[in-house]
Order: sequence, then structure tokens, then C-alpha cells
Amino acid sequence: MLELTNIEKRFGRLQALRGVCVSAREGTIHGLIGENGAGKSTLMKVLTGFVHMTGGEIRLRGNRVHPGGPRDAMALGIGMLYQEPLDFPQLSVLENFIAGQAAYAPTAARQRLARLAQDFSFHLRADDLVGDLTVGERQQLELLRLIDGGASVLILDEPTTGISAQQQEVLFAALRRLKATGATVLLVSHKLEEIDLLCDEVTVLRHGQVVARRSRPFDRDDLLQAMFDRLPEREGAAPKAATGPALLVFDRACAGSGRAALSGLSLTISGGEIVGLAGIDGSGQNTFLKLAGGLLEPTSGETRLEGEHSGAPRRPTLGVDTVYLPADRLAEGLFPQLSLREHHLLASPGRALLTPSAGLEETSRAIAVHGIKGEAQQPVQDLSGGNQQRLLLSLIPEKTRLILMENPTRGLDVHSARSTWKLLRRRLADQGAAIVFASPDLDEVMREASRILVFAANRVVLDIPAGEASSHILSRAITGQVDAPIAP
Amino acid sequence: MSSSAPRHHFDSLAQFLLIALLALGAVSLLLLALGISPATIAITLAKGSVLSWQKFGHVLSIFTPLLLASCGLLFTFRAGLWNIGVEGQVVLGAIAATTLLRQGSLGLPPGLVLCLAMLLAFVGGGLWGALAGWLKHRGGVNEIFGGLGLNFVAQGLILWLILGPWKRAGIASMSGTDMFARELWMFTPPGWRVAPAALAIALAALLFSALLLLSTRFGLRVRAVGINPLAARLFAINPARTALAAMILGGGFAGLAGGLQVAAVYHRLLPPISSGYGYLALLVVMLANSRVAPVAPICLLFAALAAGAIQLPIALQLDSALSGVIQGSCVLSALFVHGWRQRLKGAR
Repeated sequence: MLELTNIEKRFGRLQALRGVCVSAREGTIHGLIGENGAGKSTLMKVLTGFVHMTGGEIRLRGNRVHPGGPRDAMALGIGMLYQEPLDFPQLSVLENFIAGQAAYAPTAARQRLARLAQDFSFHLRADDLVGDLTVGERQQLELLRLIDGGASVLILDEPTTGISAQQQEVLFAALRRLKATGATVLLVSHKLEEIDLLCDEVTVLRHGQVVARRSRPFDRDDLLQAMFDRLPEREGAAPKAATGPALLVFDRACAGSGRAALSGLSLTISGGEIVGLAGIDGSGQNTFLKLAGGLLEPTSGETRLEGEHSGAPRRPTLGVDTVYLPADRLAEGLFPQLSLREHHLLASPGRALLTPSAGLEETSRAIAVHGIKGEAQQPVQDLSGGNQQRLLLSLIPEKTRLILMENPTRGLDVHSARSTWKLLRRRLADQGAAIVFASPDLDEVMREASRILVFAANRVVLDIPAGEASSHILSRAITGQVDAPIAP
Repeated sequence: MSSSAPRHHFDSLAQFLLIALLALGAVSLLLLALGISPATIAITLAKGSVLSWQKFGHVLSIFTPLLLASCGLLFTFRAGLWNIGVEGQVVLGAIAATTLLRQGSLGLPPGLVLCLAMLLAFVGGGLWGALAGWLKHRGGVNEIFGGLGLNFVAQGLILWLILGPWKRAGIASMSGTDMFARELWMFTPPGWRVAPAALAIALAALLFSALLLLSTRFGLRVRAVGINPLAARLFAINPARTALAAMILGGGFAGLAGGLQVAAVYHRLLPPISSGYGYLALLVVMLANSRVAPVAPICLLFAALAAGAIQLPIALQLDSALSGVIQGSCVLSALFVHGWRQRLKGAR
């Protein structure tokens, strides 16, 4: 029996987990579901010792335990299969299998690996290079490594993202086998179908709290209700849909690989639209934005900006008519040691020679207009997150027609988030531009978008005007329950 | 702003003093452990460098190529490139200049030939730099390894030229090629150790680099690419092209240093033509933390140490490599202090 009682976790002012209680018996598969930011990952990290809880206790088979780190957790028999494979691609399957073991005994390990692989019907060859394996195979290897290390509690974080249907079958069979041998399996997932197929019990988290516990048989609508309950239906009219000319066309485009892959994209984005990208984090929204911005080239099919030598594929550099605002502003969008003024100089074309006062006036104006709390000569690394975002918005050139944003209000307080959207809407009205944004916050998507694309299983599974969307339709799509995915 | 500027200067000064103290302390301890008085060393070094015009002339003759190579490295370091290939770029500049100078004056005014030779030196070094840049961009070869490889190629090339096609009449010797025609020697007044024109070129290069790096859009872009190439793409800056431009300019200045070594100092091509000034310049720019202002004073200090060290074996029976120990201690202290400050910042 694994018992988590009154788990609390606080990151600064943010209360990530609040009195969470979960208990999972041996020989069961226990599902853990919830929307983005519900606290699932934090809870699992507490269990593996990656983060330390600020309150509560963990009991394993009746004994109180304190996993101080992944190594501790492993010694207790708690193993986790992460969303991204954490292995060594340059090493062989066997080398990965024995990495982390105290004793170096390759011959014995080779035999154990072969026996385990056979038990679970995994086709792994000990001498293959891990870098050449598919994500599914790497996952299988990782699972065997955990089992070989004596894991009796196995945590799987979204294990079916990015693996083939066949590998999914193999994985499910393996999980059932583990269950039969008396292991405790914790399955973090957002796919209700998987929950239905595998789990005996389910705990639903929302905003760091347990909001529901259910046992087989599950009622999907009931689970959805529990996951997304707080979602308000739209107040007032939905933002109006597009009227402008086509700006960006995706034509049977495929891009990315593995978990971030995206396939069969065919759609058109027009001026005046605000397109919100919804879905569980990492379902392809980021790939979509990079593709739209020309930062990524399609592996097949094409994306093109209308008007620009029509028909020609997009080059993988950004032109002045497209801007891309990444979620991690300081790491991907700004130059930490450069000042606000220097950012403005870089963003706006002008004379080659720069006097010490060049750009000062424009920067001061932008600071005033966008309400940035900072000085023109200050390095941007000293700005707060909200002010960094406002700076980025102030840098968008006048003639920009396509604004692509990853999580535009990440890390911003309510006030900053609201002012960000106000500035964006003003641009939209002035220039007939289109805005495409991905957000893990369904509220934000519902509130701000005029058109919503839902991503699941590496595809766009739903494409509807915001006026026709309801939280029920969206949450069903996000959890993989679309009756007929839109055809490419 | 008004309050932050003086504080910034104070910070820099404090940092400088800390580095100097650390380096001096380390070297003094080492000397004391060896039973040598640090004061004696300091006096000997000073006697050998700045205490006579003739000795100071020697300092300036080291200062000139060192400053040029350092100017070149400012471009590449600020673009985020560890241009280890600077040594080879110096060599290629020397080779390029020699190609023209060994032909004689060709009926042209010697001044013009010398100018053309310096231009060739710039182009030669620049091309060698571009090659390292191209290898990185197209071949995915890290500029450190590409540069190191190209240094060996340059060294092989210079040996082959000196022992093969450009060998002296009758004998192939490591002592270099034949002397250039007398009128193609860059003018050095009697009693000087350095050609005034060479010194002027180096100082002009410093001014030009300062202007380009600190007051032009190009300089800002170079710095932006060095800080965050990902963000640069979002600002419609092509990181690869900007880095290549920095490599070409950097190589060009290093090549000029090589060109001046043959035209103004040795008047022929020698195998050790670069005298390791490229590597020494790496230390200079690291110590300057890629900032423009400290480069000239550091070059002067390093040149004085190198020149003064020649006295050590004569006066104290010590190896002249001690100057390298002092220079290295300065750089290590600087790297340590910078790293320590970064950690403090990160912790805050």
C-alpha cells in the first residue's frame, strides 16, 4: 500500500499542492488526472524526491519514508518513467541497462535483460545504440531498467505520447503484467480512454487539490466534469472571427519528430483572427508555432505566407512581417545583458552608426506607451517577467501581420496578463494582423481567442470558431475524445 | 541612471583591484616558495622593460602585434566564438604579405607596395578566419577544434614554403627566406625598435575596432549574437552570417599583425613568425573580459612582462617563462573573479 497523506508543496507564494491524499494498493493501476498545472507532476516529483514536500507524509507498506532524491526513491523501490526518455543515446541498450548499477557485471546483466525483455515481449537487442531506437523502445528499456532495479512502485508520466499504436499495445500489456505481479502502478495521463482501459482507481487533481476519487467503472462525463469543472462558460459574445484576407496557409504539412511531431496540417489563418491553441502541454502546439514562424521546416507538405511570392516555401528565418514570442522570454527572446534601448535599436532598422542617444527617444516612448517599469539603459535581465513581456510586445514592428506567441501570459500576474491582451488587441485592430497563441490555460484560450485549435496525439483534432466552443467540447477534445478527427 | 554609472565604475575598479591582488598574491607565494624575492623579480622586470628608451622600444615592438591580434579577438569573442585559430591567422597574414614583398618593388613606389602587402595580409588572415567560420557553420566543426587544426595547417604551410618554394638561394634553412629588398623595409628610425607606421596601424586598428564595436549597428549585432543566438533569429539577425563577419574581421586584424612582423620587424618570413602573439592575445582578451577599454593597457602590461623577462636569465639565472606564469596567473584570477561574481548574481 502506498499512502500519500496531506501532501503540501509551496514554491514561494505559489501553493502547488494543498492537502493531497492519494492511496494506491499493490496489484492495481492508479490513474492520476487533471488539467495543465493541476499539480500532477509536482506530486510525482515529491514521490521521487526531486522536490521536497513542505508538509504531509508518505507511507510505503506502512513505513513512513522520506525520499531525499531519485536514488533514495529507487532504493525504496519507487521508479519513474519520465515523459522524455532520460537515457544516454550514445550508449548501447545494455550499457544503458546497467548504467547506475553499483556492480559492473555485463554478462549477468545481458542475461537478465534478455529474460526481462522476453517476459514482457519487448524486442530489444542488447547491442543496439539507444539513439537509434524509437521513443517507444527507449521507454521499454527504461521500464525494464526500473524493474531490474527492484521498483515495486512505478510511476508513468503520459507514457503514450509520441509512441505508435502497436507500442501502446505492448506497453499496456506490460503494465497489466506488472499489476498481476503485485506492483503498484501510478499512471499520469490526460487520455480518458487509457484510464478506462487500464486503471482500477482514479484520483482527479485540480489546482493542487484532490477534487474527486473514482473506482471502476468510470463515467467519462463525470471525470471530465471533475477535471474541468471550474471552467466558466464564456461571458458575453465570443470575439468575432476573421474577416481579413488569408495570411498563412498550411498545406498537408508535417513537422518535428517523436513526441513533438505534428502531422497532416491543412488550414488557413486569416487577418483579424486570434487563434488559440489548446491541448495538454507538448501535444504539438509548439511545433505548430515554430512551423508557422518559419523556425522549423516542414518534413513534408508546406506552409506559406500568402502574398509573399505565393507558392514558395517559407524560409527558416523570420521576416519583418512575422514575429515569434517564445514562452521563455529571457532564454529565447531577449539578450539578458543588453539594455532596453539596445533591444529597440536591434528591432528597428535605421542608420548604421549609433550615437549614445540613438533610439533613446523611441525607447522612452515605448516605455510610456506600454507601461514598462524600467529605464532605457537598464539591462533587461533586471526587468520583471511582466515587463519583459511588455518590452517584447513594444518591439513588434508596425507592419507585422502575424504575431505568434507561446504562452503569452506565463509568469504574469492578473493585471499584467490583462494589459498584455489589451495591447495585443489594439495592434490587431490597427493593422489587421493575425495572432496565434498557445496557452496551457483553457480559460485564457476561451476568453481571448476567436478561433480555437485543439491539439492531441500529434494532430489538430478540433478546429472551431470560439463562438461554437464550450468547455465541454474542448475538454473532450483535449482528453482525446473526438468522434471524428478533422480530415486533412 | 545618474546614480548607477558611478557605482558601475566603482564595481569595475573593485573587481580590477581584486584580480590584481589575487594574481600578485599567487605569484609572490610561488616565488617565495622557490626562495626568490618577489621584489627582486619586479625590479628586474622593470629594468628590462620600461626603464630605458631602448628597452621600452622593445616593449612597443611586442605591443604592436599583440594589440592587433587582440583587436581581432574582440570581434570574435564578443560574437561568442573562441577563436583559437588566431595564431594561424597571424601566420597566414605573414605569408600573404611575403608573397608580394619577396617580388621586390616591381617598379612601383615602395610605400604603395607596402600598403598592398598589408592589405594582402589582412585578406590572408581574414580568409583563414572565414575558413574556420565556414567549417563551423557548414561542417559543424566547433571553432576551437577547427581553429586548432588550421593552426597546424598554417604552421605546415609556412615550413613548406620556407624549406621548399621560397628557400634561400642554394640552401634551405629554418632561418627563413631571403631578406626583402631594402626599400621594402618599413622605416624604423635609428635607435627605435619599432616602426612608427606599424605602431600607428595598431593604434588605428584599436580605434577602428572600438568605433565598430561600440557605436555601430554591426557591433551591437555582433554582441547580440554572442549573447543569445536564438533571440537573434527572432530579431531578424542571421547569427551565422554575423559570426562569419566577426571571424573575417578578427582574422584580418590578426593577419595584419603577421604582415607587420615580416614587413617591419624581420624583413623576411621565419618559421616562428607569430612568436605566439596570437595565443598571448587570447589571454589579453580573456583578461579584458571582451571589453574594449582594458585591451590596450593589458597589451602594454603583457608586452612589458614579456620584454622584461628576457633579463631574468641574465640577471638572476631564472627562466624567462616566468612572464608566462605571471600572465597566466592574471587571467586565471580574472576568470575566477568573473565566475565568482556570476555565481553571486545567480544566487541572488
